[in-house]
Amino acid sequence: MKFPALTAAALALTLGAAPAQAQDTLLNVSYDIARELFEALNPAFAAHWEETTGRTVTIDMSHGGSSRQARAILEGLPADVVTFNQETDIDVLADGGLLPADWRDLLPNNASPYYSLPAFLVREGNPLNIQDWDDLARDDVAPVFPNPKTSGNARYTYLAAYAYALANNGDDHDAAQTFVRDIFASVPVFDTGGRAATQTFAERNIGDVLVTFEAETGGIAAEYAAQGLERVTPSQSLFAAFPVAVVAENAERNGTTEVATAYLEWLYSAEAQQILGEYFYRLTDETVAAEFADSQAAVDLVTVDDVFGGWDAIRADHLADGAILDQVFVNQ
Amino acid sequence: MTHTHLPGQTRQGERLLIGIAVVTTLLFIAAPLVYIFARAFSQGWQVYAENILHPATLHAIWLTTVVAIIVVPLNVAFGVAAAWAVAKHRFPGRGILVTIIEIPFSISPIIAGICYLLLYGRQGLLGPWLQANDLQVMFALPGIVLVTMFVTAPFVAREVLPLMQAQGSEQEEAAVTLGANGWQVFTRVTLPNIRWALLYGAVLCTARAVGEFGGVSVVSGNIRGQTNTLPLHVELLFNDLNAVGAFAAASTLTLIAVVALILKAVLEGRRA
Repeated sequence: MKFPALTAAALALTLGAAPAQAQDTLLNVSYDIARELFEALNPAFAAHWEETTGRTVTIDMSHGGSSRQARAILEGLPADVVTFNQETDIDVLADGGLLPADWRDLLPNNASPYYSLPAFLVREGNPLNIQDWDDLARDDVAPVFPNPKTSGNARYTYLAAYAYALANNGDDHDAAQTFVRDIFASVPVFDTGGRAATQTFAERNIGDVLVTFEAETGGIAAEYAAQGLERVTPSQSLFAAFPVAVVAENAERNGTTEVATAYLEWLYSAEAQQILGEYFYRLTDETVAAEFADSQAAVDLVTVDDVFGGWDAIRADHLADGAILDQVFVNQ
Repeated sequence: MTHTHLPGQTRQGERLLIGIAVVTTLLFIAAPLVYIFARAFSQGWQVYAENILHPATLHAIWLTTVVAIIVVPLNVAFGVAAAWAVAKHRFPGRGILVTIIEIPFSISPIIAGICYLLLYGRQGLLGPWLQANDLQVMFALPGIVLVTMFVTAPFVAREVLPLMQAQGSEQEEAAVTLGANGWQVFTRVTLPNIRWALLYGAVLCTARAVGEFGGVSVVSGNIRGQTNTLPLHVELLFNDLNAVGAFAAASTLTLIAVVALILKAVLEGRRA
């Protein structure tokens, strides 16, 4: 227990002084469901950092909805690095002048060391034989996912279903819109966030298939192990970036640029990728990814840029008031 | 006589009302309370202890305690001073002061949090000055204390004020004529008269300070092991699919609430 040290730090904070830094400290501001992941990653990085530089590092974590986190950083939450699940939330920080606009080019794979995709979780034995997006549009299947107007997770679900329909109907947008309308029509309840949708599905036993990030399906299946929920990967899905960036302005002020950069680069290393794979994320390191081939079914991944022309276009064409999402989201 | 009831009817009506009250109490209060502990212990004592003894949970308990230790005495002082001013003195703006004391009751805590954020945050009115002087108010202990103080400000004043008003100032005036100075009047006459109401208010203030969620969630920044208070930690664990951990942390909050309720009941007896 380090309560005396914490008391001193709290006292220092009360008096308005910054706590003294005897070692490297890093504040990683992250999305809301990544607590266990970073609890596994951080000690491994600390060991690696001590081995390569001889210095110790403490990594503090803040978790919350990533839009809210971005807002807090704009208002002064002293994040050194962000590890988010929405690219647009890092763009917000770039717009606020806290990091360069070309942050995607500073690290490999568009600054996304790992990624995921919308996938399915079905009831034990998959009684309705749900295998692909087509099955979600069936009359006898009730899919569960949160409200795409409030949940970034559900926005990916909507876009993935739309992209699937485009690919299977010769890029016919009318057909794609009918397709997603059919899916929306049989969703029994639209919760505001992913956690609530999970509860609806797993605790209230509503619906036949939960659609969420593949990275979450493993954790949910484990949490509700007694129910025997099964993971299903559709034939095609949408690449969901988990972007990371150094918050340049804060890191400079805190003198943490070096360790912050090293931390994010380390996420691409085989050691970090191994841990990420165990948490059901898809990996950028192909050697490590091959080890997880059994638990991560092959899938055709399309990207937001290729299908929709980027997030700005999505905002204008799909998410704006009265745009496509509003037209197909019939039973909200 | 316009209201004539047969004795049997009255008894039936009573039974029905009592039945409704009992069922409602069970459903809305007793069941959730029992459920918290049932879930917390659902995987045994050991898992419960592991969750409570997790450094992040311990720190959340500690932080919440520190906030209460700072906030409650300040609000007791504020509450007594405000009630004293309003009850024992006549001055212009007295009505406005009473209204100001009660503002936190009617304002949602999240609005208080956002106001402080917009004032003290990086993009706020005082933000640039604070940053230039390296003062971290938001997303640190001072911000959490500020918001909690705001939210819990009325509790002591609201409990003490009616009592002071009912007692009037005759005893104080008598003390003054017998030669007591201001401090003596306060400690020997006023304070003993209001002590149970004061304690009662302090208990309520503590319970509210410990449980505050909405306002604090805006200014905390949710840094685990630094600015995550117990209610925020419960939410984090819950979002993270760690139900047992969330309920274990919640059980400590519930215990504090139950102790506060017992104290409140005892104090109510004393006050009457």
